[in-house]
Amino acid sequence: MKLIITIIKPFKLDEVREALAGIGVSGITVTEVKGFGRQKGHTELYRGAEYVVDFLPKVRVEVVVSDDMVDRAIEVIEAAARTGKIGDGKIFVTPVEQVVRIRTGETGAAAL
Amino acid sequence: MKHWINKLIVASALLFSLGVATLVPNSLVYAADDKATPVAVASAAPAAAEAPAVPVPNKGDTAWLLVCTALVIMMTVPALGLFYGGLVRKKNMLSVLMQCLVVFSLIMVLWAIYGYSIAFTEGNAFFGGFDRLFLAGITPESVAATFSKGVYVPELAYMVFQAAFAAITVCLIVGAFVERIKFSAVLLFAVLWFTFSYLPVAHMVWFWPGPDAFTDAAAGEKALATAGWLFQMGALDFAGGTVVHINAAVAGLVGAYVVGKRVGYGREPFKPHSLTLTMVGASLLWVGWFGFNAGSALEASGSAALAFANTLMATAAAVLSWILAEWTLKGKPSMLGAASGAVAGLVAVTPAAGFVGIMGALIIGLIAGVLCFWGVTGLKKMLKVDDSLDVFGVHGVGGVTGAILTGVFCSPSLGGTGIYDYVANAVAPDYDIAAQVLIQLQAVATTIVWSGVVAFICYKVVDILVGLRVTEEEEREGLDITSHGETAYEM
Repeated sequence: MKLIITIIKPFKLDEVREALAGIGVSGITVTEVKGFGRQKGHTELYRGAEYVVDFLPKVRVEVVVSDDMVDRAIEVIEAAARTGKIGDGKIFVTPVEQVVRIRTGETGAAAL
Repeated sequence: MKHWINKLIVASALLFSLGVATLVPNSLVYAADDKATPVAVASAAPAAAEAPAVPVPNKGDTAWLLVCTALVIMMTVPALGLFYGGLVRKKNMLSVLMQCLVVFSLIMVLWAIYGYSIAFTEGNAFFGGFDRLFLAGITPESVAATFSKGVYVPELAYMVFQAAFAAITVCLIVGAFVERIKFSAVLLFAVLWFTFSYLPVAHMVWFWPGPDAFTDAAAGEKALATAGWLFQMGALDFAGGTVVHINAAVAGLVGAYVVGKRVGYGREPFKPHSLTLTMVGASLLWVGWFGFNAGSALEASGSAALAFANTLMATAAAVLSWILAEWTLKGKPSMLGAASGAVAGLVAVTPAAGFVGIMGALIIGLIAGVLCFWGVTGLKKMLKVDDSLDVFGVHGVGGVTGAILTGVFCSPSLGGTGIYDYVANAVAPDYDIAAQVLIQLQAVATTIVWSGVVAFICYKVVDILVGLRVTEEEEREGLDITSHGETAYEM
């Protein structure tokens, strides 16, 4: 099993969720986060005062999938989240040792 | 130890009023009752002698004035609180709302005790008298003069209408030193500055014995001699450009200097925490301002309608000119810019509201929007001061712009009303723009100097008695928790 962590532009969340649901992913976790990469920040102007905002709002999507689905999942996330402009985000993939469904006690791929 | 002394001083300042009020008033009320002193706005106006009995106020005028009073009260609570509150960081939101509400309440109490009397009864050219101390002698039947001969409104309505003006003026100042001022310092300063700056300036600009006294040239001259200094001079201020806006703005600017910059000013971002609330506040201010300006006609009349229309049009023009300036010079038209433009337009049209034509008001708005934009950008940089919410940039620049342009566009040749001659009972035929602008400048200069000097002394006194600033640690933690023990928002 793999954990896929994806940082995307906030307005792309719905498309990513639909794309994952379309390939049979049954659950994701979403967090509102802030950060910076190559896109850098922006400046905000309040009357005479100008502030540089370093951290931009992004959405972090976490999803765990079975090994055979990893490539397909990465593919659909990439397609859904891409605008072609700087700041589209990144996808990180890490191995997951164990998964437990708390309600039933099921483990492994059966718990996904 | 010092903490207790601070609390004691503020508490006594607050209780002073109430304490004295319960001890003294009866004797004063009776004493004032049988004196026939000509209270400026009251029934004792000389003309009443030959007029048949006590004048009865028109019901429409009375209703209008009371509704306008409520609108002006709404401008402070909640409108100004929200407008200012949205602009501070969220850790200081409640402290701003609290300062507005409590200063408002404090001024109301002081107004009933001595404020109304000192501002709006006959005294000398700078201070009124003590005839209406504790509102002595005011009954539901007493009347106040308007701007039309033989037309009166209930003096109680006039008294509360003016009370709302006094309160918002003092609350406006708060914007200059939010996020670092001690709550006790705000209250003590409010008492002192209200007494020694608001009341005399209001008396100087607005006090006069009413139109009925102007029966002929000689009587008119005699009556005018009892009016406030700037009124005698012929300064035009329809709804408070000098009394309210310049007065408060200068006190704010001096405050920003004396209190000092916020910790981290210029290094850390001081972003407004809710421009949505600021927009709600600005919108409520605009609505309330119809009461402020159109109500200042005192009658439900054509003059009120003119002031209403001007308050609408000048403001809209200023919204447009501010964001156009911002768009051109800074790249983007901002919501805060549009809301600030609205307030700038409202401020600038205040002295002009009942004196200029609609096209004059549009021009005043257009100019004010651009100048106030400069006030919060270029001028602010030149002043090198942390006037946190731009009280001077908007109310000072807008107030001065409005005061001067009132002198220009009041001219009948430019669509204004001209100046009404109560002796001839007609608009004076000759209007000299240059001469009037000179008078307007004198009124502006007088207000700037008076308010500036008084404010400086008041801040120093407050600093000695209770201290002006909270500690740096309290400032970093936020005034909501450290001064008031509560927080505005749960995570």
